[in-house]
Amino acid sequence: MLKQVEGSMAVAEAVAACRPEVICAYPISPQTHIVEGLSRMVKAGTLTSCEFVNVESEFAAMSVAIGASAAGARAYTATASQGLLYMVEAVYNASGLGLPIVMTVANRAIGAPINIWNDHSDAMSQRDSGWIQLYAETNQEATDLHVQAFLIAEELSLPVMVCMDGFILTHAYEQVDVPEQAQVDAFLPPFVPRQVLDPDEPVSIGSMVGPEAFTEVRYLAHARQMQALELIPQVSADFKRAFGRDSGGLVRPYRIQDAETVVIALGSILGTIKDVVDEMRDQGVSIGVLGITSFRPFPLDALREALAGAKRVVVLEKAFAVGIGGIVSSNVRTALAGQPTANYTVVAGLGGRPIGKDSLHTLFEQAGRDELEPLTFLDLDHELVERELARERANRRSGPSAENMLRDVGAVGPRLH
Amino acid sequence: MVFQVRIHGRGGQGVVTAAELLSVAAFAEGRHAQAFPSFGSERTGAPVVAFCRISATEIRVREPVMNPNAVIVQDTTLLHHVDVFSGLVDGGYVLVNSAHSLESLGIGDLTGGMTASRIVTVPATDLALEHLGRPVPNIVLLGGLAALTGIVSLPSVVDAVRQKFHGSVADGNIAAATAAFELVQSQVEERVDAQAG
Repeated sequence: MLKQVEGSMAVAEAVAACRPEVICAYPISPQTHIVEGLSRMVKAGTLTSCEFVNVESEFAAMSVAIGASAAGARAYTATASQGLLYMVEAVYNASGLGLPIVMTVANRAIGAPINIWNDHSDAMSQRDSGWIQLYAETNQEATDLHVQAFLIAEELSLPVMVCMDGFILTHAYEQVDVPEQAQVDAFLPPFVPRQVLDPDEPVSIGSMVGPEAFTEVRYLAHARQMQALELIPQVSADFKRAFGRDSGGLVRPYRIQDAETVVIALGSILGTIKDVVDEMRDQGVSIGVLGITSFRPFPLDALREALAGAKRVVVLEKAFAVGIGGIVSSNVRTALAGQPTANYTVVAGLGGRPIGKDSLHTLFEQAGRDELEPLTFLDLDHELVERELARERANRRSGPSAENMLRDVGAVGPRLH
Repeated sequence: MVFQVRIHGRGGQGVVTAAELLSVAAFAEGRHAQAFPSFGSERTGAPVVAFCRISATEIRVREPVMNPNAVIVQDTTLLHHVDVFSGLVDGGYVLVNSAHSLESLGIGDLTGGMTASRIVTVPATDLALEHLGRPVPNIVLLGGLAALTGIVSLPSVVDAVRQKFHGSVADGNIAAATAAFELVQSQVEERVDAQAG
């Protein structure tokens, strides 16, 4: 049903339509509205045959999801930021055990300094956890990806993270065609687990595996993700047939045919970039954008194909690996190995800093002239950094950097953004 | 063409809800709408900003509204702290919650040479107290915005309020928003007549 709805509520309704049997969650902004919505549905009796478990931490949330999934229940949870970090040990266990849990990550920065706003540092920290990671561009896609995620997870017996930008999507009201129960029932069959803790047919799940088979079990996890490269586009195509919408898949090209410059990004920033691409195309600039929906598995072949004609790529990413630079871009470079394509990394939107069209115009124009540095921090206030460095040079006990820099910008008062 | 609204207020005044309801009203009229809060520290009493874009076509951009077509100021104590008129487009609209005239608020300097029929005050908090019994001006001002800009109709605002609230809260807000609509409409008509005359 098409309605004007908060992103979190659209996701909650889609998850409910997937008939989860166990939902466990611990609240953390900006994920909270999703699980609050689901808990209300369970309490009101509109989401039946589902147990909502209030847990004492994110570690418990993922542990409960593991137990529920191993017992054959369709299990869901959601988290963000420090919450994701707090559950990491269990996150690796869920994928290592091959349990098809679906988890929303309402993407948020990681502290310190504490910051509740959006970037991709949280999900990116778990890129090697063995979970499939899908990134939503809009609330429509976030909603649809959850329906697809349960199918993908259960088909492969692998957990799936659906990543949606915190606040920018979770707290935005826009129109979403929320999948109807009957549509979802027709698309998503009941969960038939590959492994299940069943008293009638007892098995162990989670044995210790020594050097004799550890490599092979781990390789199997990789092989499953390679299967996901085939399955994700199929599920997206099936979804389109069933729901009439393009959602999901591996990558999402926009005006990249014959584009000399291709911008690569994940998540909600793609919308703003598309507007800028249209405006630049109107001025005769040869530019397009490629959205990566599936970051894990990473679609090397799809990228190679999409970027075949590009002279340069600009990877715009909302996280970075301190000490080296881009995360997404290093993956993109793997896809471009052996190609002469120039590539630039741009780190943007950290901790909720808005990414404006004006900045993107300037950035892409610089890229078009090959005037960008290999690594750029968009809209970085160099002077602010320089002042703190000067303080540190001048005074051994220069004090806490974040507080010093906050004082410099006078960020105690109101700001537009 | 995208119509962009920026709403300034303080935490607890329903700034985010106002943007949400405006988007629901626009959606009901068959348009695309995107409402979202600013990404600042939102605490009771702290300055808060929310945005709403309305368009006949899909809205893809996600940057904050930098060049609003309309600004709503829910709390006049913000006027001299926050640059609430920042980036307002030529020919844009301003709606200020105040029982005082623009002249006595001393914001003539801030708004430059705006056309008088496009900047109005309405005593939204007083109307809320009268009809609702609570000093919450957000929905009242949406009635004023409908009259000032015509971007959504008053019935669409009323329907949006009824979707979100029920009983006396809905009734009080709707009565106050309707009163604000009428007040603003008469102000605008007077000024248009004065300019024409």
